[in-house]
Amino acid sequence: MSTFIQLTVNGLANGAILALAALGFVLIFKATGVVNFAQGEFLLIGAYIVWAGVVTLGLHWVVAVLLGVAVAVVMGIVIERSVLRPMVGESAIAVIMVTIGLSAVLRSLVQGIWGTTLRRMPEIVPETSVSLLGAPFPVNRLWAIGIALVALGGFALFFRKSHYGVAMRAVADDQQAAMVMGISVRRIFAMSWALAAVSAVFGGTLVAIMIGVSIEVATFGLLVFAVVIVGGLDSIPGALLGGLIIGLTRQYVGGYIDPGLGEVIPYIVLVLVLLVKPYGLFGEVRIERV
Amino acid sequence: MPDAGTLCVGTLALGVSRAYRFNLNGSRLEAGERQLAIEDIRLAFGGVQALRGVTDEVRQGEIHAIIGPNGAGKTSLLNCISGLYRPQQGSIRFFDGDRDHELTKAAPSSTARWGIARTFQNIELFQHMTVLENLMLGRHVHMHHRLWRSLLFVGPAREQEIGQRELVEEVIDFLEIQAVRSKPVGSLAYGFQKRVELGRALAMQPALLLLDEPMAGMNAEEKEDMARYILDVNQLAGITVILIEHDMGVVMDISDSVSVLDFGELVASGSPDEVSQHPKVIEAYLGEAAAR
Repeated sequence: MSTFIQLTVNGLANGAILALAALGFVLIFKATGVVNFAQGEFLLIGAYIVWAGVVTLGLHWVVAVLLGVAVAVVMGIVIERSVLRPMVGESAIAVIMVTIGLSAVLRSLVQGIWGTTLRRMPEIVPETSVSLLGAPFPVNRLWAIGIALVALGGFALFFRKSHYGVAMRAVADDQQAAMVMGISVRRIFAMSWALAAVSAVFGGTLVAIMIGVSIEVATFGLLVFAVVIVGGLDSIPGALLGGLIIGLTRQYVGGYIDPGLGEVIPYIVLVLVLLVKPYGLFGEVRIERV
Repeated sequence: MPDAGTLCVGTLALGVSRAYRFNLNGSRLEAGERQLAIEDIRLAFGGVQALRGVTDEVRQGEIHAIIGPNGAGKTSLLNCISGLYRPQQGSIRFFDGDRDHELTKAAPSSTARWGIARTFQNIELFQHMTVLENLMLGRHVHMHHRLWRSLLFVGPAREQEIGQRELVEEVIDFLEIQAVRSKPVGSLAYGFQKRVELGRALAMQPALLLLDEPMAGMNAEEKEDMARYILDVNQLAGITVILIEHDMGVVMDISDSVSVLDFGELVASGSPDEVSQHPKVIEAYLGEAAAR
């Protein structure tokens, strides 16, 4: 029983963070149609900025997170403007190649600046253990779940209520119609990249709290692909559910059967879902007539 | 303005008898003043000449129909006006009292801000949103966007939303779509979708309304309803309408002036009667033999 609770809490924490990371991916895909292979590196950069803010600059972690958000906004806008906008109208494969290139550049940039040593994220949330029904587990997992849920809720509210959120949904739904409503599609594109990078600051920091600050954060981010394909590339609820499915199965299989299999299982789930529902659980089915 | 009491559409006499609480017309011109001056517009896609030097004029308060066979360049011209296409040559001046705008170099988001609203031949609604959300998006250019306030949705952002909502409710009443207001647009019947698209354009309080085949694919009854809405918008609110339509009965009944395009050229322009007698129009529609 205690193993089960531990695995569940870990799985939920991983799942919530994955959902947050996947949200950024879905945001970009929904609004701009770009499959962003650099989402994992966005997490990486987010984690490093917050780490550098606290450790190198000696800032309070709240200030460091705000700094991370500011850097993310600028980075998102600059990347959209300089890398993606020239690719408008190019084939999907070409755009994907560009984002793969972008991920390599961002990864090298991080390693160039901060090296490859594993660093510990300073204590942002308490690192004590609590025991629940006889099972001890680190309290930072609970914090991770809480912060991820608050962030997801904030984004959900933004999409439902704010003018910008609604305008973003409009662009995702029908670009031409959004344009004649007076919505600047360029601005919305820039904003989706900025928001995706901001969500990655939270996601990356939470990942780093659990596994430390290193290139591994980006590797964890790779799981985002399993999440969004399971949930549906263009579905925000799908990202949430996909995150939880991948997070929990990874822990259960890793804990009960074999840790090695636990690393592979997300991709097995991925293949199984694709066999049954090629557009993911909540993805919009696109029927293309030739 | 012509008498708004009774108007004939086909064989049906229609009463137009309601007043608007909000002024839906965004134009500051007096009826009859020149509102749109299209001059020598040339548009090509590679080797295909879509528009070959079209010159035309639209006056405030009229219903101006653009007719012509398929592929004549009607929609292309509309797209040039709303900023979706950039013609290679020519100018389109849009007059609005003290401020004039050149439309050929403007982005669609700018033309929308200046008061040009439109509907599309193949409905372009936000399929995943409700009718109400679609219409509220029509208010986009009238809302002031303070990012942080709108994020928190408090204070002025909330009041503003309520204010905008009243106008949208009026449009919903006018188009008689109360029953479907909270349904996702994608689930509605075709005729309703066409109506919602008109509503979304009206919610913009346009100075100029561009309608691309608003009655395509409708039955006689739906066409009459749509014709009544268009007349109502034009006569009561005073909004200028540019209309592309294939149903000649409707065009001749409701429009004040008609322009005829054929192979990207303007072949005739004038009142419905003048245009229907024009030999080039008969030729374009019925073939050369009939014109002789």
